[in-house]
Amino acid sequence: MSLYYVQKFLYELNRDETRQDEYSADRRATLEPYELTDEEREALIKPDIGLLFHLGVNGQILMHFAALHQIEWQDYLQRMRDGITEHGPVREGVYAMTGYVGVDAHSHSLGLQSNVEGI
Amino acid sequence: MPLVFAGVCSHAPGITGRADQADPQLRDEFYSAFDQMRVALEASRPDAVVVIAAEHFANFFMNNMPAYAIGMAESYDGPIEDSAWLGIDKVRVPGSRDISERFIKEVMHGTDVAYAEEWKFDHGIMVPLHFLTPRYDLPIIPANINCQGPPLTPLERAWTFGESIRAAADVLPERIAVVGTGGISHWPATPDSGKINVEWDNDFMGRWCRNDKAALLDYDDLSVYAEAGQGGFEIRTFLAVSAAADGAQGTVHFYAPIPIFSVGCTVATYAV
Repeated sequence: MSLYYVQKFLYELNRDETRQDEYSADRRATLEPYELTDEEREALIKPDIGLLFHLGVNGQILMHFAALHQIEWQDYLQRMRDGITEHGPVREGVYAMTGYVGVDAHSHSLGLQSNVEGI
Repeated sequence: MPLVFAGVCSHAPGITGRADQADPQLRDEFYSAFDQMRVALEASRPDAVVVIAAEHFANFFMNNMPAYAIGMAESYDGPIEDSAWLGIDKVRVPGSRDISERFIKEVMHGTDVAYAEEWKFDHGIMVPLHFLTPRYDLPIIPANINCQGPPLTPLERAWTFGESIRAAADVLPERIAVVGTGGISHWPATPDSGKINVEWDNDFMGRWCRNDKAALLDYDDLSVYAEAGQGGFEIRTFLAVSAAADGAQGTVHFYAPIPIFSVGCTVATYAV
């Protein structure tokens, strides 16, 4: 499991425009120095936002990666929802620790009506 | 000098970046409350503004995560985010290495704080500054509480951090203002983004205004997550301001859930 390195790569990418240029030029080469599984590497190259959220990437890190790829906000939220639907609950990290299971189940557990649709 | 100003506000990137998607009237009322906070802050004639923030992996990461950090640089660049995405231009914000260094030395009597001579501001500080110091003409002392990467500092330690900040401000000859910024309940940047627990927020801000230490410390992260989301971990910044206000009573000038901003938008101050 190398969620730490997935997030470290994204952390360094998010704050460094030179690294962003390198990533744009050759995504695979930019990932070379990081200890990643094949699943993680391919998710970062594609990019597969839903899978990265399922793997446990913090949204505060992931949202900048989505913005870098010009993924519009509502599309970004939907890709994460689709990732949970397709792959299941978040595997590790802060959302797994706290039992995050997806938007509908979460709203239900709080007794709240989901107010995230259509905004 | 005794602390000259203490207040809190929200900082979500949508506040500036997705401004055109919000209800215009509600948005403008919120912006107006922010501007009134700016007027009050300026009227307090601060020599430096301590911004107690909860930054989001712009500077601090899990390779070496400080529970508490304070900036000690002559200036700070921000935002790290794309300017078009955030709706805030890239800028160099003034700091004061001199004031920061003396301030940090005093804070260290009460809290083991990390210091940082390099710090890039993210939306967590840039959004408040966009409204509160729009000319970027006041020296900023950024302070951070790790509210993102658990394990997180206990709430009672965040309270002590606020007390340490107050003690330092009182000792320094400069006029020091404190602005805390965080969410209350919110689930930012997750599939639940836009959900806001208004009842929870109102209850929390009631405790905040009364400056009721026991009630403000009567939370734990598991219940906060369940009822107020991982964004609720940022109540640490609000608690630190309560402690810094040293018993002063607070007023909420604006509160409204604005889902496209992903947070219950808040502007509140203490009568210090």
